[in-house]
Amino acid sequence: MILSLSTSLANAAFALFAAEPKLPTLPDSPYFWMPPSASVTTSNTDALFNFMLWMSLFFTVAIFFAMARFCIKYRAKSRAANENAQKTSEHNTVLELTWSIIPLMIVIPLFVGGFKGYVDLRTPPKGAMEIRAQGQKWKWLFTYPGLGSPDDTLHVPVNTPVRIVINSVDVIHSLFIPSFRTKMDAVPGRYSDIWFKATQTGEFPIFCAEYCGTSHSDMLSRVVVHPPGGYETWLANTIAAADSLSGKDRGAMLYEKQGCSTCHSIDGTPKVGPSWKGIFGKMESMTAGSPMKVDENYLRESMMDPQAHIVMGFTPAMPTYQGKLSDKDIDGLIEFIKSLK
Amino acid sequence: MASPSATADVVAPRSTSGGDNYLTHDKGILSWIFTLDHKRIGVMYLFSVLTAFALGGFFALMVRTELLTPGRTIMDHDTYNQMFTLHGAIMVFLVIIPGIPAALGNIIMPLQLGAKDVAFPRLNLASYHLWVVGAIFMLTSLAINAVDTGWTFYTPYSLTTTTAVVPAAFGAFILGFSSIFTGLNFIVTVHKLRPPGMSWFRLPLFVWSLYATALIQVLATPVIGITLLMMIVERTLHIGIFDPTLGGDPVLFQHFFWFYSHPAVYIMIVPAFGVIGEIIPVFSRKRMFGYKFIAVSSLAIAFLGFLVWGHHLFVSGQSVLAGTIFSAITFLIAIPTAIKVFNWITTMYKGVIHLDTPMLYALAFLWVFTIGGLTGVFLAVMSVDVHLTDTYFVIAHFHYVMMGGAITAFMGGLHYWWPKAFGRMYNEKLGRIGACLVFVGLNVTFFPQFILGSRGMPRRYYNYLPEFQSLHVLSTLGAYTLGLGFLLTAFYLFKSLKSGRIAPANPWGGVTLEWQCSSPPPYYNFHKPPVVTAGPYDGYEELMYDEKLGGYLPRKAKSG
Repeated sequence: MILSLSTSLANAAFALFAAEPKLPTLPDSPYFWMPPSASVTTSNTDALFNFMLWMSLFFTVAIFFAMARFCIKYRAKSRAANENAQKTSEHNTVLELTWSIIPLMIVIPLFVGGFKGYVDLRTPPKGAMEIRAQGQKWKWLFTYPGLGSPDDTLHVPVNTPVRIVINSVDVIHSLFIPSFRTKMDAVPGRYSDIWFKATQTGEFPIFCAEYCGTSHSDMLSRVVVHPPGGYETWLANTIAAADSLSGKDRGAMLYEKQGCSTCHSIDGTPKVGPSWKGIFGKMESMTAGSPMKVDENYLRESMMDPQAHIVMGFTPAMPTYQGKLSDKDIDGLIEFIKSLK
Repeated sequence: MASPSATADVVAPRSTSGGDNYLTHDKGILSWIFTLDHKRIGVMYLFSVLTAFALGGFFALMVRTELLTPGRTIMDHDTYNQMFTLHGAIMVFLVIIPGIPAALGNIIMPLQLGAKDVAFPRLNLASYHLWVVGAIFMLTSLAINAVDTGWTFYTPYSLTTTTAVVPAAFGAFILGFSSIFTGLNFIVTVHKLRPPGMSWFRLPLFVWSLYATALIQVLATPVIGITLLMMIVERTLHIGIFDPTLGGDPVLFQHFFWFYSHPAVYIMIVPAFGVIGEIIPVFSRKRMFGYKFIAVSSLAIAFLGFLVWGHHLFVSGQSVLAGTIFSAITFLIAIPTAIKVFNWITTMYKGVIHLDTPMLYALAFLWVFTIGGLTGVFLAVMSVDVHLTDTYFVIAHFHYVMMGGAITAFMGGLHYWWPKAFGRMYNEKLGRIGACLVFVGLNVTFFPQFILGSRGMPRRYYNYLPEFQSLHVLSTLGAYTLGLGFLLTAFYLFKSLKSGRIAPANPWGGVTLEWQCSSPPPYYNFHKPPVVTAGPYDGYEELMYDEKLGGYLPRKAKSG
């Protein structure tokens, strides 16, 4: 009974992983310029953006009409007509001051508004729920309290302040959630953070906004905002599923969840790294040193110290998984690779 | 009667066709490569910059073509990354930075000062030779394994990528020295070689803007030189400066980089202000309104430009206090910029407006630069910048300023001074069609990118979500239109060199000193240094259009 329950749970979880679409979808937005607004942090940004949009429209149209009017009204008949310009004053201090002070009067409130919004974006409320985000080439990994291995999707409860603590394991990335109007660089060697309080349930895209190399544009993820209670259920199910899986099923799950699939195919096409199909047991030439046999030890080394031996034809791009994969995880991945004949 | 701006004997144009001028004074390729003549150096700069522009433009069209579809269109990930990097690096370091100052400035500025040459002709030649060496290093990177870091060379990515970063960065380092030499030369030239009577407030606005630019070039460029050198040392010798695995700080690089590169934005746009300041009065037949405010605002922009680099780092983890100060100073730049735009437009009021090609480019500049400037305000607002930074909104903003502003002004200046530099008129009708194509093309290319950006499309993306495709297709069609406009321009300009009508000394009726020597100018520019007795835009009424000549003559000379 218990056994069959856990098996069906594991199958359900595996089906869930497998069924996930590759690309996030851009949700329909009620606005022309902006994606939908799905966090309390968006109101300041959207209000200021709209104000500036109208202000810009006003000035652009005004300048266009002034130019067009002058060009039509004062257009020269021909060069041969040799008309002289009408005498006008060449300098007018009052006018100069007017068009200096009016822009100043406009930008002061913009500065203050932007400052307030920025301080708000950069100051997470006390007691916010914490989730760790780690950027690596080319995957976002999110670590949840109580879940041993990280997940590639950001799951959060609705109407709850959430603080994301961000860092990077290799180069600079940037965690960008357009629907929450927030973004923060993931810098190797230091922590940064963002916070939000989602106001709408549903799925919203996450992008990497700082250029990070070959697959920068594939470093996508999603934030799933759960209805009340949904987050807790998701977390419990995921923990149960992660614990129950072992062997090659565990490897298959990790292949998707840990970012392996970004660079390694399982159908034989080389991507940034070698394809896993049929690689186990093969002799491979290395960029340095003698050829090596792809066995358990080579695979383990490639996960823990990926730059040690690089297969010929590929570049050292992989981050280390030291500390991120347990022995059970590594065994699972090796079993999964073995199964890909 | 207002006196003409120079004594009568220099105003009388000398015969132009067949006579001795700087183009015919010496013969042979070596007489060009080792020339000390500012005009020849300027011409070599001009054609080198235009070649680089064609190359950078080709890469831009490749990038835009790839972006026609959300997935692969014509190239793979890595090639795409190299294409946008080369496009940016070439356009910034090889085209826009030297474009107006070193090419147009070298040809025209000494003439506007009534001088025989710049202060240090050998340094001027060295500057061009360094440009060539720098360009060769950049092309070396292209030949080995083209750099893929983006033109910004951000660490630690630039320290870890396997592409040829070192030649490209070293090329940019050398190009920095080329730029410093030009700047130093122009500062001394403006201080020391002004003719009798030309006080500071009688300088043409083009000279003012080049002076302000030169100050930035000399003060800011050494910082990028040292920064790139440190990056090269770190990459080759593994000394920890920016790499966190060696104990360095990657964000420090961004501070150093923008300490130069934000002022460099003004190295690119301030000379454009100068060109517009020359074109609008001449084609409105009116003195520039608010001359002093425009001149001083260039200096103000140059100064403030040094204090705002941190506005590129609002999401880098920089402290809130630092961000606040940078944001506040950034807003201040809006004021001198607004002053300029309003003064330019007011100059046209009650003028006599001739819509020739240079004026069409100046009008295009005014409108497009206004959009570029106003969208800069969006990015100065800190909370809004958090959403917009590193998206296509930023791409659209700086292309409106760099392409719509700096390149449009460069094209305006090129058409304005082309008859002076080469002694030939281009086909005016094709010129106007070209200007319209460029104007339409750049708006269709870059306006959709504002929408893409605020909707969340990040920059430097090879793949993108299918929902963004229609705007990308529109943008690419605009880029093709731009390409067509520039091809047409290249065609009629080169054609004019062979078969264009012989240009008169003063085809547009300008009153600055360059219009008082023949087209093309003689080798020594002026037989006698002109004496200046009036402001730079005084005396349009003293000129008279002569239809047979196709240019302007002093009224007195015609009647007499």
